[in-house]
Amino acid sequence: MEQKTKISVKDLNLFYGENHALKNVSMDMKENAITAFIGPSGCGKSTFLKTLNRMNDLVDNVKITGQVLLDQEDIYGAEVDTTTLRKKVGMVFQQPNPFPMSIYDNIAYGPRVHGIKDRHKLDEIVEESLRGAAIFDEVKDRLKKSALSLSGGQQQRICIARALAVHPDVLLMDEPTSALDPISTLKIEDLMEELKKTYTVVIVTHNMQQAVRVSDDTAFFLLGEMIEYGNTKDLFAYPQDKRTEDYITGRFG
Amino acid sequence: MKDSICVKRKRVSDYVMYGLIYACAASSVLLLVGIILYVLVKGAGQINISFLTNVTSVLRGTVGIAGNIVNTLYIIIITMLIATPIGIGAAVYLNEYAKPGKLVSLIEFATETLAGIPSIIFGLFGMMFFAQTLGLGYSLLTGSFTLTLMVLPLITRNTQEALKTVPDSYRSGAVGLGAGKWYTIRTILLPSAMPGIITGVILAIGKIVGESAALLFTAGSAYTLPKGISDIFTKTLSSGGTLTIQLYLSAQKGEFGIAFGIAVVLLVIVLLINAATKLLTKKFDVNREK
Repeated sequence: MEQKTKISVKDLNLFYGENHALKNVSMDMKENAITAFIGPSGCGKSTFLKTLNRMNDLVDNVKITGQVLLDQEDIYGAEVDTTTLRKKVGMVFQQPNPFPMSIYDNIAYGPRVHGIKDRHKLDEIVEESLRGAAIFDEVKDRLKKSALSLSGGQQQRICIARALAVHPDVLLMDEPTSALDPISTLKIEDLMEELKKTYTVVIVTHNMQQAVRVSDDTAFFLLGEMIEYGNTKDLFAYPQDKRTEDYITGRFG
Repeated sequence: MKDSICVKRKRVSDYVMYGLIYACAASSVLLLVGIILYVLVKGAGQINISFLTNVTSVLRGTVGIAGNIVNTLYIIIITMLIATPIGIGAAVYLNEYAKPGKLVSLIEFATETLAGIPSIIFGLFGMMFFAQTLGLGYSLLTGSFTLTLMVLPLITRNTQEALKTVPDSYRSGAVGLGAGKWYTIRTILLPSAMPGIITGVILAIGKIVGESAALLFTAGSAYTLPKGISDIFTKTLSSGGTLTIQLYLSAQKGEFGIAFGIAVVLLVIVLLINAATKLLTKKFDVNREK
């Protein structure tokens, strides 16, 4: 079954000042699939993830060449509105970062940014998003309590719900479980399986076993280059490049 | 047993050092307590409802500081109304918009320097610029403008520090959801920094209450109450002596009863301000721990 391409990256180069951090990266990511980026620390996988929703715009001295096509539209085009872009492409960060407000206000923050003020509509969105993140039953009786009073795993699921509340097409997750305990990690991995039915998920992980567990396709990065990209099972069973094989078998990392 | 580890040997010099250090601590506390007690003893007798609610008037035969209390309130309110938005705005600009570089360093250096200038110089400037050049003369407005200059660095610095403690992850989280810069500042950063900002505001009020030199040449010394509703605003254009100024003038005239009475009132105000600051910093820490 041929899956549609959601994001198509062509010859992407990124410079932090003089430092050539991403070198000629090209790949197509499928819709309603989970794509994982793996590689040793400093290989550029998080940097690359952030180019997909233009979070690198926040950093000084960054230069980007090449194209990132979301549904065939280049997100680096001159006419692009970053607010709309970030509504379509949401992000979950490595450290859970709920705002210092109630759980309800955290989830409602995104919709409010985009102009939704109606109380009933917001109530609906909040419940829908919390269910989508598999945490509604746990918090439904304390929506007005501060989000900071939850455990790490719960906070991360709140952040996922918060990202889902703006109804994105794509969900970017930057090492979403590396700061969490094994049980929360498993819960979130199960969640990802569910999420891919509705969204396109791209995750960065430094945990190869996680990539094997959850992803459909995997890309291996090293020193700013994408070395190999393909079906996860194929890549791990029959890596084509020696460097991929060395990383996967633990010769370096 | 020779050289046993259980034998205690205290050196005389240890005892002497301990005694000296203890004496230092004791004298600082005793000095402070002494001053407070002296003021309280000399001034508490003056304090009664009549003293606090009347204006000194030969015609009516009353003695009181109500006029000064009102003037102090005027100066506090007007100064804070001007200094707070400007100070917060400057801090937001420096922390959130400006790129680190020469301009920012210059502004921060200027702010630091302003904070260290002796207040009497502000008084001199206020007298020349606000009173004479702008034609405001001796007035509450002149005094407030002058104090605004003094208090602005305090507000800016405290707000900046408060904004710096807001985690960057909040900014990333908000931007990731599509929020614009000002929206993020308004809905997340400023509310988060509020305890620090309020601390700065309270410290500024403390500074205003205690200020005397800068007001000497700018706000004057009159102590009449506003005559009616319409006078509430026009009063700002006329001269008004605050509690500190009245203390100075009374002491000069040898009216030590009044002077010490005002001193007691000022001590109580300072105590309340310190208590408020302490309460707030405690609340701030509790929030952060979560």
